[in-house]
Amino acid sequence: MFERLATEAPLFFNIHNLVFIGQAMGRTLGMTLIGCGVGFVFGLLIAVLRQTTGRLLLPLRFVAIAYVEFFRRIPFLVILFIVLFVIEPLMPGTSLFGIATVAVCLLSTAFLSEIIRSGLESVPRAQVEAATILNFNTLQTLTMVVLPQSWRVILPPATAFVVMFIKDTSLASQLGVIELTFAGKILVNRGFSPVLGFGTILVCYFALSYPLSRFAAYLEKRLAAS
Amino acid sequence: MQHLEIDNVCASYGKLEVLRDVTLSADKGEVVSLIGPSGSGKSTLLRVLIGLTPLTAGSIHVGGERVDYSNRKNLKKLRGHMAIVFQQYNLFQNMNVLRNVTIAPVKIKKQPRADAENKARELLEKVGMQEKAEAYPDELSGGQQQRVAIARALATNPEILLFDEVTSALDPERVKEVLDTIRSLTDEGITMMIVSHEMAFVREVSTRVAMMDEGRIIEVGPPAQIFEEPQQDRTRDFVSKILSH
Ligand SMILES: Nc1ncnc2c1ncn2[C@@H]1O[C@H](COP(=O)(O)OP(=O)(O)OP(=O)(O)O)[C@@H](O)[C@H]1O
Ligand SMILES: [Mg+2]
Repeated sequence: MFERLATEAPLFFNIHNLVFIGQAMGRTLGMTLIGCGVGFVFGLLIAVLRQTTGRLLLPLRFVAIAYVEFFRRIPFLVILFIVLFVIEPLMPGTSLFGIATVAVCLLSTAFLSEIIRSGLESVPRAQVEAATILNFNTLQTLTMVVLPQSWRVILPPATAFVVMFIKDTSLASQLGVIELTFAGKILVNRGFSPVLGFGTILVCYFALSYPLSRFAAYLEKRLAAS
Repeated sequence: MQHLEIDNVCASYGKLEVLRDVTLSADKGEVVSLIGPSGSGKSTLLRVLIGLTPLTAGSIHVGGERVDYSNRKNLKKLRGHMAIVFQQYNLFQNMNVLRNVTIAPVKIKKQPRADAENKARELLEKVGMQEKAEAYPDELSGGQQQRVAIARALATNPEILLFDEVTSALDPERVKEVLDTIRSLTDEGITMMIVSHEMAFVREVSTRVAMMDEGRIIEVGPPAQIFEEPQQDRTRDFVSKILSH
């Protein structure tokens, strides 16, 4: 087997394949980071919305809760196809990558909003009251008091979620997005040995997720220190 | 005209009536203390005053003007004149001491940072915490945190200052330093309402003392009356019990 690998390796690692794998890696990373980044922003909005108590926002709160409960309960693959069938007729010509990214946004918004919400709730009510009596408005209380104290509760599960999602984006291959897993399959179909093809893909996944985990650990440490 | 006037105020938590027709007033610069058994509604009264707990009936006037607690602007104005210090200090855990004291003046009252910091250092010196300006709350003892909380409350130049059992969470040897700090404020013309179980302190600093029981104020009078010749049996019981501790 090693002999076969040794003879195949120079052929496999040609510039053409490397670019191909690099692009696939970019798509995997892109779907995850753009999807989870947008999901984080909307998740934050939903989490904050759910903290409000005013009657005016009640319908919005209801929609937010329904959204979160719904999207946390359906498989990612199903969301992918729903998005595909909704977007295709509405905006023909949207790339498969774009469609998959939207699906990631939808799902990560739901999960990240729950993670952020429990972070916000970890800050004692008394901290909010102390801000209130000093005439902080809601936004100031959130940005100056609550959020700075909740990062250390939010970040570990949030990054764990993103790292996990790097793997889950492989489901987008079912749609035809040439991300890492699909790229591996294509290379193997071109006749390269599965050990080489998927072995390389495996190393790529690791190369994506390990630095992210390290970065999260670093952030966590820094936030805990301050 | 009284500086602070509380008229027939009621408040409840759900079905539980916690304040029943509370009427009490404080002249400018007066120090009025609230005493009474646990659960009698002392904290609730202070929370109602600063708008953290809604009143269900009655009215509150500050400087002769009725406070409309449902009006955001009105509430903001009220909190510009009134400050409260809690039993649990509630310093912002993500800010150091100096920032805790300057954040409201700088971010809310839009004072220049340099002015706010000078004032903050003065206040920290007054409460004996100038050396710890860069420390974070979790690096301080309870008594030190409480003195910073007092400095933070003073930084907004309150005319009315509320203290809710500010020494109850402290070790006995820390109690004195906090009480000394409050004592040093009593001749600055700030109207104060103090909830405390430190009877010797209450007796010394108060102009008047109000005894609360089951959501009512059952007796108000100068400290000499409350502690020596209370008119109500309930007051006599409470005072003698707590003094014999
Ligand atoms: N957030 C709350 N929800 C429901 N009930 C409450 C709440 N806070 C206080 N209470 C109840 O209201 C009543 C009055 O409480 P309050 O804290 O005002 O008493 P207190 O006189 O300050 O007592 P203590 O000396 O123990 O601090 C008590 O029966 C208490 O159980
Ligand atoms: Mg109390």
